[in-house]
Amino acid sequence: MAEDDRKTASDDLDRRLKGVRQAYEAGTGRSSKPTNRGAGSEKLGVGMRIAVEMVAGVVAGAFIGLMADYWLGTKPWLLIVGFILGCCAAFLNVYRVAQAEERRSKAASEVKKS
Amino acid sequence: MASPLEQFAIQNLSAPLFSIGGHHIAVTNSAVFMMASVVAASGLLMAGASKGAMVPGRIQAMSELFYEFIANMIRDNVGSAGKKYFPFIFSLFIFTLFGNVLGMIPYGFTFTSHIAVTFFMAMIVFLGVTLIGLFKHGLHFFSLFFPHGAPLFTAPILIPIELVSYLSRPISLSVRLFANMTVGHVLLKVLAGFVVALGIFGVVPLAVLVAITALELLVAVLQAYIFTILCCIYLNDALHLH
Repeated sequence: MAEDDRKTASDDLDRRLKGVRQAYEAGTGRSSKPTNRGAGSEKLGVGMRIAVEMVAGVVAGAFIGLMADYWLGTKPWLLIVGFILGCCAAFLNVYRVAQAEERRSKAASEVKKS
Repeated sequence: MASPLEQFAIQNLSAPLFSIGGHHIAVTNSAVFMMASVVAASGLLMAGASKGAMVPGRIQAMSELFYEFIANMIRDNVGSAGKKYFPFIFSLFIFTLFGNVLGMIPYGFTFTSHIAVTFFMAMIVFLGVTLIGLFKHGLHFFSLFFPHGAPLFTAPILIPIELVSYLSRPISLSVRLFANMTVGHVLLKVLAGFVVALGIFGVVPLAVLVAITALELLVAVLQAYIFTILCCIYLNDALHLH
């Protein structure tokens, strides 16, 4: 019995919540669902990602080159190769971040339109 | 004026407990704040989970918010295959978040402003994700280093570049968190120094300081979010290749 009461109470609550939400959406003309909440801070995050990605690739490449140089005794050639590879990798990473971001914002704008 | 970097100094708060390889290990202020973040996080989550009320109270709503936030993040970025790793990702997020936010308390210590801490966390994620990928896909995992559909003669250039790009992940992951936290706290300290030095005109930097503090709070939460979402993205790469 208690179980039943609980179920009807929760159903009732669901129905009332839905009613309130619909009334709110009709009244204000906008969805109560948080679709673009924090959009600005997300952009800030993408900017920071790109900035660090540019450095990290170069550092990783140069470090690997330097260590390989110490190991093989080929100073400074592998450092140069590693630096160039690191630059390429950094550009690739930045490109990927930007590409993913564009895909995401395109998908978001399509959701908004429909 | 105190040096703006003084706040990052590690201090031993106890006598050395034991030593590893000649290094005396003691309880430091960094360790205390790590423990505080674990205690605060588990306290909050346990208080939220203990009641299990149908209509959540404040604390329960807060912990449910955390849970749903990470659950959605994993579902969106990794898919259903990522459900297994929810506990790890969730702990990572909560630990970083509490570390960043507790560091915003005056006289507090931000352990995420040390590259040793963030690089260690990034390395665990990096190695873990690589091992997961290797166990799941075997040698096929290495196809991650050669983009699908690229002409074969480009392999000598592309494979080293992809390899370096992959190895740069823990660096970018750790440097981002560490640099953001360090820079923010140095900025706060320098501006606070101006407030004292300018006397009555210190009101101007004080106003800026209030705004910067709010910004730092945003950055603290945002960096925890970015750290976690990147772990999800890396996990997705390892689970599904591309």
